[in-house]
Amino acid sequence: MAGVTISGVRKVYAGGIEAVKGIDLDVPDGAFCVLVGPSGCGKSTLLRLVAGLETLSAGDISIGGRLVNDREPAERDIAMVFQNYALYPHMSVYDNLAYGLRNRKTPKDEIDKRVREAARMLEISDYLTRKPRELSGGQRQRVAMGRAIVRRPQVFLFDEPLSNLDAKLRVSMRVEIRRLQRSLATTAIYVTHDQLEAMTLADLLVVMNGGRIEQIGAPLDVYRRPQTTFVAAFIGAPAMNLMAASPSEAERFGGAATIGVRPEHLAFAAAGTAPPDGGLAFQLTVAAVERLGPESLVYGHDGMGRDLVVRRSGEDDPPIGAQIALVAEREHLHRFDAAGERLPV
Amino acid sequence: MQKRVFFTHRFLPYWLIAPQIAVTLVFFYWPASQAVWQSFLLEDAFGLSSTFVGFENYRTLFSDASYYQTILTTLVFATAVTLISLSAALLLAVQADKPLRGATAYRTLLIWPYAVAPAVAGVLWLFMFHPSLGVVARGLRHLGIAWNPMLDGDHAMILVVLAAAWKQISYNFLFFLAGLQAIPKSIIEAAAIDGARPARRFWTIVFPLLSPTTFFLLVVNIVYAFFDTFGIIDAMTGGGPAKATETLVYKVFADGRLGGDLGGSAAQSVVLMIIVIGLTAIQFRYIERKVTY
Amino acid sequence: MVEHSRFRTVTAHAILWIGIAIVAFPVYMAFIGSTHEASVIANGQMPLTPGPLFVENYYRTIFIGSSGSTREPVSTMLLNSLVMALSIACGKIAISIISAYAIVYFRFPFRMTAFWIIFVTLMLPVEVRIYPTYKIAADLHLLDSYAGLALPLIASATATLLFRQFFMTVPDELVEASRIDGAGPFRFFKDTLLPLSRTNMAALFVILFIYGWNQYLWPLLITTRDDMQTIVIGIRKMITTADALTEWQIVMATAMLAMLPPVAVVVVMQRLFVRGLVETEK
Repeated sequence: MAGVTISGVRKVYAGGIEAVKGIDLDVPDGAFCVLVGPSGCGKSTLLRLVAGLETLSAGDISIGGRLVNDREPAERDIAMVFQNYALYPHMSVYDNLAYGLRNRKTPKDEIDKRVREAARMLEISDYLTRKPRELSGGQRQRVAMGRAIVRRPQVFLFDEPLSNLDAKLRVSMRVEIRRLQRSLATTAIYVTHDQLEAMTLADLLVVMNGGRIEQIGAPLDVYRRPQTTFVAAFIGAPAMNLMAASPSEAERFGGAATIGVRPEHLAFAAAGTAPPDGGLAFQLTVAAVERLGPESLVYGHDGMGRDLVVRRSGEDDPPIGAQIALVAEREHLHRFDAAGERLPV
Repeated sequence: MQKRVFFTHRFLPYWLIAPQIAVTLVFFYWPASQAVWQSFLLEDAFGLSSTFVGFENYRTLFSDASYYQTILTTLVFATAVTLISLSAALLLAVQADKPLRGATAYRTLLIWPYAVAPAVAGVLWLFMFHPSLGVVARGLRHLGIAWNPMLDGDHAMILVVLAAAWKQISYNFLFFLAGLQAIPKSIIEAAAIDGARPARRFWTIVFPLLSPTTFFLLVVNIVYAFFDTFGIIDAMTGGGPAKATETLVYKVFADGRLGGDLGGSAAQSVVLMIIVIGLTAIQFRYIERKVTY
Repeated sequence: MVEHSRFRTVTAHAILWIGIAIVAFPVYMAFIGSTHEASVIANGQMPLTPGPLFVENYYRTIFIGSSGSTREPVSTMLLNSLVMALSIACGKIAISIISAYAIVYFRFPFRMTAFWIIFVTLMLPVEVRIYPTYKIAADLHLLDSYAGLALPLIASATATLLFRQFFMTVPDELVEASRIDGAGPFRFFKDTLLPLSRTNMAALFVILFIYGWNQYLWPLLITTRDDMQTIVIGIRKMITTADALTEWQIVMATAMLAMLPPVAVVVVMQRLFVRGLVETEK
């Protein structure tokens, strides 16, 4: 069992492209750390650097307190689950699981024991003699997980492992991955571009953008107190309403350039309601309504032409073109300066 | 061309690539450069010494009327072989592309001539058309045709063209069939809904969509007719009668062996190399548009 | 197709059968020829139906040989052809797959140079450089040897390009997974890449076997001894007997035997053959 320490890590590719621009990150032992961000933000590169599949341009990576900068992937005591699973297509499920152990000269009966144990955990015991192409997507995913588990590594690395599954399977595998990681108490680093997956899986959420870390924290902390407009817009669906502050609003909110409010924090009010103390009031012209069942999303724009979306659980959706008064409480407002950094309240 | 992932190893890649490089250098680059070098040399009558003569061999070659005759023969031969085998193969492929019973059996029955050696194909056709004992020749005589490819140059040409085209039909058939099967059925159905009758559909929709395949096959067939038909010609006519069926490749062989004119033969080789390089270059320019099976 | 007219279907069947008949006729005649007496053939009155001498003619062809200028029994020629075709096919596959592996999976100085050295050979068939190649083979004492028959024909880029193309489609993640599983370049090649290449190797084998079996010009030059002749050369020599009458029944039996192995390979391994043909032309 071991944590992962990443300090001052950079990756510059031969073409001069800097994919990772100086990252410091400490993943505690046993933690489930999720790297999330848009494509091209450097999250996969960072994971591959930890795996040893890419060479570092600068910085250090330690696993369990042991510096692994120059170690081969096989010597790092890690296991990895790939997006396309990377199962060996010509080997049976059993051989796929056993291959890494055989290369390590693990005794035969030990291999057998571990393979069967992993298969039982993942409920793939019935498929051990099959080839990967005879399995469904979800089963392949389990085999890929099994290949990681049998190795009993210090760290699991996941590279978007669920993105090739359909929506329903994704949810159930998500739950399962979390359960397995808890029961094995193995440190995990998980890369995804799906913020919902990130929120639900992570102990430690790392939001990345443009090769840098935007924010590190517990998922709910990140959700409640996004440190930048990027994080505010990226985490949460539908995204937080980010509005350019008018001069009067800027004055009222300590020089904020952007004011943010989550869709669920905008409340319908009677026409002409004054803004609450330290809060905001809008006049929304409804442009569209999406009825999702348990809730509805109301889209529109305010008097200054700023687009807003409101989430409300309601049976009484407003008609298109209606004028509606909205209020937002003070504690639900997020303020950002011109550089997109969060302003203290 | 680049893999994202690779191994690094000091010597291993060189060991892996060494056998092929060695064979290539010894049996390819060495002889090819020898051919180029020899084409600038003139051997004396006994082959004992040779002197550097620059482009003399080329000058002799291109001032020789019989060389132009050979070029003409080659072009006639290549054009006839290409046209006959392409059109026959296209006709058959279009039929085989229809949803017929036993379609796979038809394919099997049509592709096997690919496996027949050119020289053997030549022998088979010679046997049928042999003036004194051939079954077909007998039939032609009954029709009043004085068939004799041993004496009549035109007859000899017809014979080698038939044999060469026969052998190439299966190859063209396979690629045409693959090309046809790659055309989405919905396009043809759309054309039918637009009121195009079958024949019109073929010429306005299918044939244009097939053009990458056709072009590819055109080049392949020309290369085939130029270079791979040596065995057919040697087995059937030996280039005769009176050089009526002597193609460029056959002339290289004949002049080098029978005539002993190594310099001239080498110059001819170099000309041929330039032709192949040109044809291959054309082929590669269009490589992206090629069909996939 | 869209129309289901009966007339069109019948026409299609008819055209295909005519095509098959034309394609098969020369071989049928060869078979007929191989079952008749020499005199029946020579006087130009050979019937269109099989004669009585099937067993006798083939026995003589395989075990005794013709009485013309080449007197080797055809069994020797068949053996030579087989050795040559197998050497070319296996040799080409072996040296190509490892060189493609080096080019695709390693980074080393002169990698691209090596690639181009191999690639250029695609452009020049052996026919256009025949005499210098012959001279080099002679200098290396390769005349009348299996090595001489096979080696110069092994130098070609098609197989290397095919494997290179295939390796490029193998997902990078498989190498990465192998590396994490502790497999180095040797193990990855042996445990993963080679098993994955099996179908391609088999398809290539079919094509190269036919290519090797059907070689004509090169074996014609490189073999001088009758007992080193391949069967394709043997047939040719049987016809050119200077004075003796060509024994057409033996020639035709030999032609049938010369066609049998490659045609059988194509028919039996049809799927591999089609795949190999299409892949090597990419």
